[in-house]
Amino acid sequence: MSAVDTWVSAFHAGSAVQPGADLPWLAALRREALYRFADEGWPTRRHPRWQHTSLAFMDQQDFAANTVAPDAAAALSRLRADNEGHWLVFIGGRFNAGLSAIGALPAGVQLSSLAEALDTQPEAVQAAFGSATDGDSPAALNLALATDGAWLHLPRGVALDAPVHLVFIGGADTASQHLRNLIVAEANSEATLVEHYLGEGEATTLTTATTRLQVAADARITHLKLQQEAEPAIHLASIDAVQGRGAHFASHSLSFGARLARNDIHTRFDGEGCEALLNGLYHLDGRRHVDHHTSINHAQPRGSSREFYRGLLDGNARGVFTGRIIVAKDAQRSDAMQRCDNLLLSRAVEADARPELEIYADDVKCAHGATVGQIDEDSLFYLRTRGLDDTHARQLLTYAFAADALDRIALLPLRKQARAALLARLPGAELLEELL
Amino acid sequence: MKTATPARKIDSFLDQEYSAGFETLLEADTLPKGLSEDVIRVISAKKGEPEFLLEWRLEAYRRWLTMTPPKWAAVSFPEIDFQDIVYYSAPKKKDGPKSLDEVDPELLKTFEKLGVPLHERARLAGVAVDAVFDSVSVATTFQKELGQHGIIFCSFSEAVKTHPELVRQYLGTVVPPSDNFYAALNSAVFSDGSFVFIPKGVKCPMELSTYFRINARDTGQFERTLIIAEEGASVSYLEGCTAPMRDENQLHAAVVELIALDDAKIKYSTVQNWYPGDKDGVGGIYNFVTKRGDCRGARSHISWTQVETGSAITWKYPSVILRGDDSVGDFHSVALSNHRQQADTGTKMIHMGRNTKSTILSKGISAGHGSNTFRGLVRIAPKAEGARNYTQCDSLLIGDQCAAHTFPTIEARNPTAHVEHEATTSRIGEDQLFYAMQRGLTAEDAVSMIVNGFCREVFKELPMEFAVEAQNLLGVSLEGSIG
Repeated sequence: MSAVDTWVSAFHAGSAVQPGADLPWLAALRREALYRFADEGWPTRRHPRWQHTSLAFMDQQDFAANTVAPDAAAALSRLRADNEGHWLVFIGGRFNAGLSAIGALPAGVQLSSLAEALDTQPEAVQAAFGSATDGDSPAALNLALATDGAWLHLPRGVALDAPVHLVFIGGADTASQHLRNLIVAEANSEATLVEHYLGEGEATTLTTATTRLQVAADARITHLKLQQEAEPAIHLASIDAVQGRGAHFASHSLSFGARLARNDIHTRFDGEGCEALLNGLYHLDGRRHVDHHTSINHAQPRGSSREFYRGLLDGNARGVFTGRIIVAKDAQRSDAMQRCDNLLLSRAVEADARPELEIYADDVKCAHGATVGQIDEDSLFYLRTRGLDDTHARQLLTYAFAADALDRIALLPLRKQARAALLARLPGAELLEELL
Repeated sequence: MKTATPARKIDSFLDQEYSAGFETLLEADTLPKGLSEDVIRVISAKKGEPEFLLEWRLEAYRRWLTMTPPKWAAVSFPEIDFQDIVYYSAPKKKDGPKSLDEVDPELLKTFEKLGVPLHERARLAGVAVDAVFDSVSVATTFQKELGQHGIIFCSFSEAVKTHPELVRQYLGTVVPPSDNFYAALNSAVFSDGSFVFIPKGVKCPMELSTYFRINARDTGQFERTLIIAEEGASVSYLEGCTAPMRDENQLHAAVVELIALDDAKIKYSTVQNWYPGDKDGVGGIYNFVTKRGDCRGARSHISWTQVETGSAITWKYPSVILRGDDSVGDFHSVALSNHRQQADTGTKMIHMGRNTKSTILSKGISAGHGSNTFRGLVRIAPKAEGARNYTQCDSLLIGDQCAAHTFPTIEARNPTAHVEHEATTSRIGEDQLFYAMQRGLTAEDAVSMIVNGFCREVFKELPMEFAVEAQNLLGVSLEGSIG
C-alpha cells in the first residue's frame, strides 16, 4: 500500500484513533497536510530539492508488516549498557511505558510522549506543532499520520545533566511508523537529545520522522541521531531548528542503516550571534542510498556555523549531500564554513555533493569545500610495511577517515556509542579495537 | 602581464558611459518580426543554403516548438515574446565586397571605434578577424595566409557553401538542436558565425578572432561557431562582444561547438561586453549562450577563458566533455555584475575517458545591486579511471545590496576519482583598503587594484591584448560602485 490514495484511505481509517483526535485545530491541520501530500505526491527528480533522490517508486512500493517481533528488550539492554539518561521507547510508532525509564527530572521539565502532552497541555503543543506547509510532501504526510513522538519542554535556565534518549523500534505488525518529536527549550536551558532508530526483519518498512526544535536565546541543544534501521527499510526524516539570540545548536547525524534514508536538516538563526554545528557521518554498503539535505539560514547578523559531513561508500551505495548556506541581506558579520568529504571504497559507488552558498550580505566570511577520493596508496603502503594485512590496513584508514566526525561528538558516552555503531559495520572490528 | 596602473584616474571613467554605445546607420536587409517555418525557409534561401541544412533547421524549429524556456537559473526577467524579435538582419549590399576597400566605410568606422584591428592594423597586430556585423560576416582577413596552412577560417555561411561536407559532419554533434530551449532556437534561426578548421598537425600561426556586434534594433543575434581541430592541431580563438545602447532588451542566443581530436588543443577566450543596461536596469542584452567543447580524441585539450562584464543577464556554462583518454579541460572565468546585472554562469566538466583532468577557476564579483551565481557540475563517469578535478570559486562582494551564490554539484561514480572543490565568499577587507590608501592611493584606485589582483589568475590565461582590455573593462564596469 503506497500509492497516494492508499495513504489517504489509511488516514481516514486511522484518524479517529490518533492522539489528539478530538482537538479541532489538530484535525484541521492533519487534513490540510494530507491534502497537500495528496496534491503533491511523492517528490521526483524534477523537484529541485530531490534531484538525486527520487521517491517516484513509492507509488508502486508495497509495505509489508514485519512478522517477526523485534526483540526490543535485548536491543534496549545493549543500548542502555552503562548509558545514563532519560529513556523513552516507542514501538511501532507508539509510546511504550513499560520499556521506558524517564527517571527523575529537574523541576519544571516536561518529558513525555506527544500523545500524553496533547492531553495535558494542548495549547503548548499547538504552538510548537508546525504547519502543513513545512518541508516537502513527505513531511506533510508525517504531520497527517504521526501517531506519537516525544515532547520535551525545558523551562528557562534549566540544564538536563543526562541525555534524553528516544528509541524508535518498528513494531511487529506495522509496515510504517510516523513520529513527531517536539522540543521547546526556553532561554538559557541546556539538554542533549539522542534519537535511535532500530529495526530488524526482512520486510520493507517505512519510517517518517519529524523533529522540531525551538532553541530560545542562549539555550544550548545538542541533537544526535543514530539511524540503524534494517536493510530493506525506508527512512524519511526532517529535523527543523529555530534558534534565538545567542543560541547554540549542534546536530550530529549518523546514518548507517536503511535501504533509502533521507534526512532534511535545517536551522534558522532568528536572533543575533547564533552558533550551529552540523556534523554528519554515513557508512553505506550494498545498494543503500542516503541523502542528507541540509540548510543553515543566517537570517540575523553575527551568526557562526560549522558544517562537516563525511561519507564512506562501499558496495553499490550512493551518498548524496546537499548543504545550503543562506546569508540574508542584513546578516552582516556572518561566518559560515562547510565541508563534505567522501571516501569511495568500491567500484560501483556514487557520491554526489552539492555545497551551495547563497549570499546577500557583504560583510561575511563564507567558505565551502567538497572532496571525493579513495584510500591513499602511500598510507596503505606505510601500514603494510608495519605488518598489517591489506584488509586491516584499509579498515584502519577507513576508520581514521570517519573518526573525525566521531570526535566532534562532545559527550564521551555518546561518542563511544557512535563509535561502537561504526565499528560494528567494519569487518575485522576486533583487531581495530585492539589497535585503537 | 601588466597590472592596472595605480595612477590611472578612476574618476575619469566613473561617469563614463558605455563606451561602445554608438549606433551605425546602415541600410539593412531585415525580415519582419516573428518566427515561423516560412521565416526559416527565407533565412535559409537568402543564405543559399543546401537542402540538408534547411531540413536540419526545420527539425530544430519543430523541436523548439515543443520545448519551454528553462526556469532554474537564479535570474529574473520578464517573459520573452519570441514573436517580437527580428530573426534576420543583414547589411544591404549590391554585390559582395571584393576586398576591404569595398566594405561600407560606415561599417569600417564602427570597427575602428571598437578598436578592431581589421585593416592594416590587423596585419600589425597579427590578428585575423572575422567580423560579424549583426548577422552576416562582413570581411574576413588573412584568409589567404591561413589558407596556405590548410586552415579554414571563414564565416559560417561561407563554410556552408565551400565546405558543406565538414559542416554536415560536425554541426550539432556537440550541442544537438534538442539540447536545450535556446540551443534549439539557435539551430532553427542561426544567421552566421565563425567556422574554423585546423587540419592534422597544423599549429595555427596566429590568434583568430571574431568581433560580434548587435546593431539593428530588436534583432536577436543567433550566431553559431564551430571550431574543429584535427589530430595534433592547435588553435587559439578570441571572441569579443559589444552592443550599442538600447532601451529594449535584446536577446542573444549563441551556440559554440568545439571539437578536439587526438592531441589537438583549442583555447577559446571571450571578453563579453554587451550593453549591460543602465544603472536602473533598463535595457541591456540577454546573453543566453550554449558553449560546449568535446575532447573527442586522446590527449586533447580544451580551455575556456571568459571575462564577463557586460549583458543585463548572462546565462552560460562553457563546458567540456572529456571523452578521450588523458584529455584535459580548463575553465577560467571572471564574471562581474554591477548595478542591476545578473550573471548565472559556470561550467560542466564531464569526465568519461581515463586519466582525464579538469580545472575550474571562477572569480565572481558582485557590486551595486548585481547578482552573481556560479553553477557548476563535475561528473565522473564509471569508466573514468583516475579522473582528477580541482575547482576553486571565489566571490567578492562590493556593497551591501549585491548577492553572490555558489551552486557546484559533484557526481562521482568512480572510486579512483579525485575531486576537490573549494569556494570562498568575502568582501574587500578594510585592512587591505587601509593599507593601500595609507600608501597614497585613493579608495577607487585601491579597489581597482584589489579587484585586479583577485582576478589575476584568470587574466594571465588571456592572450596579451585581451588581458589589457579585460582589466580596463573591469574598471569601467565597476564605475559608481565604490565609496
